Amino acid sequence: GKTREGSAGALRTILSGKQLSKELLRDLERAMIQADIGIKTAIEIRKDIEAGWERGEIADGDAALDFLKAQLTAYYPEWDRTLNFAPEGEGPTVILVAGINGAGKTTSIAKICKSLRDDGKSVLLAACDTFRAAAVEQLEVWSGRLGVEVVKGQQGGDPAAVAFDAAAAAKARGVDVLIIDTAGRLHTQSHLMDQLSKIRRVVEKQIPGAPHEVILVIDATTGQNGVNQAKVFADSIDVTGIFLSKLDGSARGGIVIAIREALNIPVKFVGVGETPADVEPFDPASFIEAMFAEPAAS
Amino acid sequence: MFNNLSDKFEGALRKLSGKGKISESNVREAMEEVREALLEADVHYEVAESFCGNVLNKAVGAEVLDAVEPGQQMIKIVNDELIELLGGERSVDPETGQIIAPEHIMYVEPGPTVLMMSGLQGSGKTTTCGKLAGYLKKKGKSVMLCAADLQRPAAVTQLQVLTEQVEAEVEGTGSVQFYGEPDKVAAYGEAVGVAVDVCRNALKAAKREKVDVLILDTAGRLHIDEDLMGELRRVNAAVMPHQIFLVIDAMTGQDAVNSAKAFNDQLELDGVILTKFDSDTRGGAALSVKSVTGKPIRFIGVGEKLDNLEEFHADRIASRILGMGDIVSLVEKA
Ligand SMILES: Nc1nc2c(ncn2[C@@H]2O[C@H](COP(=O)(O)OP(=O)(O)OP(=O)(O)O)[C@@H](O)[C@H]2O)c(=O)[nH]1
Ligand SMILES: Nc1nc2c(ncn2[C@@H]2O[C@H](COP(=O)(O)OP(=O)(O)OP(=O)(O)O)[C@@H](O)[C@H]2O)c(=O)[nH]1
Ligand SMILES: [Mg+2]
Ligand SMILES: [Mg+2]
Repeated sequence: GKTREGSAGALRTILSGKQLSKELLRDLERAMIQADIGIKTAIEIRKDIEAGWERGEIADGDAALDFLKAQLTAYYPEWDRTLNFAPEGEGPTVILVAGINGAGKTTSIAKICKSLRDDGKSVLLAACDTFRAAAVEQLEVWSGRLGVEVVKGQQGGDPAAVAFDAAAAAKARGVDVLIIDTAGRLHTQSHLMDQLSKIRRVVEKQIPGAPHEVILVIDATTGQNGVNQAKVFADSIDVTGIFLSKLDGSARGGIVIAIREALNIPVKFVGVGETPADVEPFDPASFIEAMFAEPAAS
Repeated sequence: MFNNLSDKFEGALRKLSGKGKISESNVREAMEEVREALLEADVHYEVAESFCGNVLNKAVGAEVLDAVEPGQQMIKIVNDELIELLGGERSVDPETGQIIAPEHIMYVEPGPTVLMMSGLQGSGKTTTCGKLAGYLKKKGKSVMLCAADLQRPAAVTQLQVLTEQVEAEVEGTGSVQFYGEPDKVAAYGEAVGVAVDVCRNALKAAKREKVDVLILDTAGRLHIDEDLMGELRRVNAAVMPHQIFLVIDAMTGQDAVNSAKAFNDQLELDGVILTKFDSDTRGGAALSVKSVTGKPIRFIGVGEKLDNLEEFHADRIASRILGMGDIVSLVEKA
């Protein structure tokens, strides 16, 4: 995979060395909308800058740039960007991964798994997508490549039963981390959302304090619908972090800013390709620079 | 929560309809709200701008300013303009009230008609291959599905399982068979053109078996990935599919036009298939992609099951973007 060129291009081009004007602020608003931040948030941020300008606190384009970066970076404090682990001696740590169809859950699990393995942790995977054609086989290919084991059940079987078996196996084998893959589902399908909360409850019962991390995978190309996705998933399974996948494309992933405005869910990782190595910790400063960069050549 | 377009519209119109006669500036104000609502619905920024410009031009004509109910007239203009931009296909003929059934796939004689799916990762290509096979089976066609995705783990198996499901579960006089070369998966990435060979071999097999339609399932790829886009161009040159579809996730935001443009530039698309329309997306990506590529939307996917595929009709998506199907039909009745 390719890492994005974190060029500080267009954000600078728009603001740097410029006098502030209504037109300039309008250009900035447009760049925010085109990054999928959402019109509501884009207007709010533009108005904040406008107000600062009128009060004489923001003098020119460069000051606006600093303000903008500080504002957006403040959404993502350092402390909430790392994985939560079970307290020493109380493992295994359980990571539950969910999201809508095709968001990148299974691939992102391979990425998280690899980075845990690189840190010397033992990992077990649970194939709780018993629905989609060859979903189990897909996870098995990754487990084979990464040298970890998978707990699976019957095709079409109850995913909560697989989660139960996996939690039991993780305890019995004394692994450090259990990662649970779930079937893609739309937040509008309430029976499938109930099924997901049931998986969560099953794990909770088996391992006190689990799941320690509940990751929602969001595709960086997602439009404003992403806010609804985050709200409903958060309600059902108490999401603790976002994995922003497919940021190696030309989409800017601004939807996570809109989500952060609506809900207090931090972004923990970004996916930048299709191999297990294509993952980076979320870095708000470079994310924001790249969000306003010149469009990728195509 | 977001206000949807219909709320905005009602608000804007209430302002308009309170007035006996409206001015151009009233219309402009209302259009600003329409613009915001379109952006909330993920319509691309520039498409929203030009759309509003068009509507404004029509609306400031005497038609609206002199109308008894100017607000209602405005809605009709916006709705008609949306339908026009989406390709003009209506599910019901406004004149006769008859259901219209346009042909969504063109067949060639002698067969096989070759269809190719393309698109970004995870957009729903493989699932759509299964759905299309079922759709064709119901129409009595014989179909071959070719697994040309050698990249994603278990992609070949996924298509094979779907083929078996269509054969077992979808009623119809047609048939579906699978073509794959799973042993080539390991060679992928080392030798360029492996997927091209698989497609070429599939075409031979399809001719030998005398199937009506061959569908190629390709790997998901980014439009900015030159190697993989090159592979797709080579498949195109080698097999010369009769129709190339771009499969797009209906929840895509502003970037939908960028990827669609790139795929269209490199492949000359014949049509677009929008998936995951069963979500609560407002579907602005549909409008954006149509107006930027000019390529018709042929089908929409409305679920994960094999029969969750519908032929596309512009009027249904227009009222979805507007979120105000009821209002439109009220205007039409009046
Ligand atoms: N370019 C790119 N592709 C990705 C990334 N993450 C995942 N993908 C691809 O996206 C497609 C879907 O990924 P999956 O991991 O199968 O997605 P999923 O959410 O598990 O899908 P379902 O289980 O069917 O809902 C695959 O082709 C992946 O290779 C990423 O960060 N960048
Ligand atoms: N709800 C819903 N899910 C869909 C629809 N179409 C496809 N899916 C789901 O979306 C996910 C991705 O579908 P795939 O067919 O694997 O997508 P793909 O484009 O082949 O993915 P890659 O080959 O990895 O690029 C799967 O979980 C499908 O079940 C749809 O219309 N509605
Ligand atoms: Mg999966
Ligand atoms: Mg596929």
